[in-house]
Amino acid sequence: MSVLYSLGAVVALSALAWVGGSVAALHPLFGVWLPYAAIIAFLAGLTWRVIRWASSPVPFRITTTCGQEKSLPWIKASRLDSPSTTLGTIGRMALEILLFRSLFRNTQAQLREGPRLVYAESKFLWLGALAFHWSFLVIFARHLRFFLEPVPGCVLLLQDLDGFFQIGAPVLYLTDLVIVAALVYLLGRRLWAVQIRYFSLFTDYFALLLLLALAGTGIWMRYFTKVNILEIKRLAMGLVTFTPVTPEGIGPLFYVHLFLLSVLIAYFPFSKLAHMAGVFLSPTRNLPNNNRMKRHVNPWNPAVKLHTYAQWEEEFHDKIKVAGLPLEKD
Amino acid sequence: MAEATPKPEQLVQIDYRPPKRDWMDPAVEFRKGTFCYSATSKSLRYLEMPNPREWQPFERDWKLPPNWRETILEGMRERLARYRGFRLFMEICVRCGACADKCHFYLGSGDPKNMPVLRAELLRSVYRRYFTTSGRLFGRLAGARDLTEDVLKEWFYYFYQCTECRRCSVFCPYGIDTAEVTMMGRELLNLVGCNINWVMEPVANCYRTGNHLGIQPHGFKDSIDFAVDELEEITGIRVEAPINKKGAEILFVVPSADYFGTPHYYTLLGYLMILHEMGVDYTFSAFASEGGNFGLFTSHELIKKLNAKVYSEAQRLKVKWILGGECGHMWRVLHQYMDTMNGPADFLEEPVSPLTGTRFENARSSRMVHICEFTADLIRHGKLKLDPARNDNWRVTFHDSCNPARAMGLLEEPRYILRSVSNHFHEMPENTIREQTFCCGSGSGLGTDENLEMRLRGGLPRANAVRYVKEQHGVNLLTCICAIDKATLPALVDYWVGGVEVAGVHELVGNALIMEGERRTTDLRGEPLPGKEA
Repeated sequence: MSVLYSLGAVVALSALAWVGGSVAALHPLFGVWLPYAAIIAFLAGLTWRVIRWASSPVPFRITTTCGQEKSLPWIKASRLDSPSTTLGTIGRMALEILLFRSLFRNTQAQLREGPRLVYAESKFLWLGALAFHWSFLVIFARHLRFFLEPVPGCVLLLQDLDGFFQIGAPVLYLTDLVIVAALVYLLGRRLWAVQIRYFSLFTDYFALLLLLALAGTGIWMRYFTKVNILEIKRLAMGLVTFTPVTPEGIGPLFYVHLFLLSVLIAYFPFSKLAHMAGVFLSPTRNLPNNNRMKRHVNPWNPAVKLHTYAQWEEEFHDKIKVAGLPLEKD
Repeated sequence: MAEATPKPEQLVQIDYRPPKRDWMDPAVEFRKGTFCYSATSKSLRYLEMPNPREWQPFERDWKLPPNWRETILEGMRERLARYRGFRLFMEICVRCGACADKCHFYLGSGDPKNMPVLRAELLRSVYRRYFTTSGRLFGRLAGARDLTEDVLKEWFYYFYQCTECRRCSVFCPYGIDTAEVTMMGRELLNLVGCNINWVMEPVANCYRTGNHLGIQPHGFKDSIDFAVDELEEITGIRVEAPINKKGAEILFVVPSADYFGTPHYYTLLGYLMILHEMGVDYTFSAFASEGGNFGLFTSHELIKKLNAKVYSEAQRLKVKWILGGECGHMWRVLHQYMDTMNGPADFLEEPVSPLTGTRFENARSSRMVHICEFTADLIRHGKLKLDPARNDNWRVTFHDSCNPARAMGLLEEPRYILRSVSNHFHEMPENTIREQTFCCGSGSGLGTDENLEMRLRGGLPRANAVRYVKEQHGVNLLTCICAIDKATLPALVDYWVGGVEVAGVHELVGNALIMEGERRTTDLRGEPLPGKEA
């Protein structure tokens, strides 16, 4: 059911934008004001979210250690999976954020006859996730050519690399293929694997379908309907220079693309997509495993009522004496 | 109970297909063998904890206080503000499912709510309903649901069906730690008096007598004296085992099962032998007679209460530093909580081995050293005379206990020791050891007999790996460094494997140790010592 609701939502949003893109009077709304509002929601929302996370302290250093601790000098410590230094911790976080280290460990358990439980390597989720996130980043960076004039060399270089194989005209970007494949895989996995479907929520499908629609409209414009790039760039430049314009002849498909993007970034901070920021704050990963070397301070460390030695000795005084153990008060 | 336990071939018929029913509709059946009994009012009263009463989970009426819902929601609010991890873990999960088949309870039961992601969703769904706008507005569509008594019952069932082992957290791309979620869930349940006796009675005992088993000072002394006598019978050597001795160099803290349980007891004998042979100036404390801390399975406040005696006794006895025995959750507390909660331990000195001069740099702040670190250092420096052939009757494997593995990273020290004291050491498959180790299925206070079926289910992955090395290498001894493991693995491997014994690492050290002036024909279990058979 959730997947149908999500699909319905994405279709409805696209249709809405199509109408907006078809009616000239609505162009300022869909081309200017909604994108601005979305950006404000994104920045304000994400700031609010991060501040709220940061305002809860980390009372304990609860690192999950995934390798050998640093102990005796002749035992090789795992500097990245169980880091004891700040540098090691930065390394661990970098691996986590750039290469999805933990997901790379993924296995798939299977109960076979015997019984025998086997744990097969299972890198598809890691591969799919990595492929999606990196293509998204590259596509995002490629889009800077619409927002910058002159277009920086690095953006052009990235564009050339992405179109390295020079297939077709306009040149096919690899990331366009990869992102669709990855999203289809991630969605397919959610639908076919019964266990994953069982706990998937509306938001899980919605995010994937929204991204698919966003990528789809972009791809459609680039390879099939061929929109007026120059006019689109004028609109984009108008947005970033705060001199908004809504040129004629862009076509509704572009407005669908832009609106879906606006929805995505406005939705971002208020949904699970905020994991992008949250992962940096995860206390099991971003703290070193140096608990016994360096004291971690809990800002609200509460005073608790204790059962003291004196109370203990008082209660068991006679028994302690008979047992011949030393007493503080005889 | 035991006669009702299904046979292995029945238990292993596990259906991993989720039920038709939507997970958001709570449905828990408290079936015998799959849950723990409630805490007695006596324990709760002693600890001044809320809502002491007589009740059982399988009863309809849980006798909750009238304002239970407000109490829980207020408790959530407080904890969201106090623990960044809790707030983050409520908000950033993308339900990728990488954790799903990493949980031993899921693998052993097929119950989808044992997938770590859904276990956390039980709490998240309530979080969304009361703490997020989308949850308030869109309800189920936003994954939000009302906090009802049935939801609370579900929390009880599944948060006492998680051993806080943190295996899922190793695989989570955001490091979401189900142990943290479960700990919060249990704290909230405790606010309205929903707790289990296997946890609360030890906690109450520990608060009063200093140890989980409720052993009073004279009983503690008797147990240690008994071990000394027994060791004399085995080795011909009378060791000293001082208790509450002021001015000793080292305070030695062990889990109480070491002096009261089997096979823990043989590990205790092993410790006593090394400490004697090395002439270590140490003392036990009859008050800090427990390193374990069932507070960890209850609330952060109780962790602190029960842990405080370790430093206070070290200070009172004027020792220089503290040594800790083999125990899993005990070391999670000692490594990740003690210094923060009850430190700084500035009245102690930075630990230095009196025999090798090694400075335990990694314990320079908390000033507490793990016995495996201590012994590995002794062996490395050639201080112990060891004859690994004395363990030739054992083909050994090692079970990484969850907390030393995933909350400390104590992986190589026990292996180094085992390789030094045994000629036949075989690892279990790599996805079942080290940071990926599988829980015994009975950790975090769930090791009670009424919960046996669930323990056996949860222990299936571990037992299955043991069976593999038994078949491949003829392994007949499963070693570990955790008191709960030692208490519960024997029943587990008997059920799923058979023909494999359980031992602490220091039991094997004791067997292999050649003591000055010894007269030995048996190992610590009283069995003929290989090479010394009459």
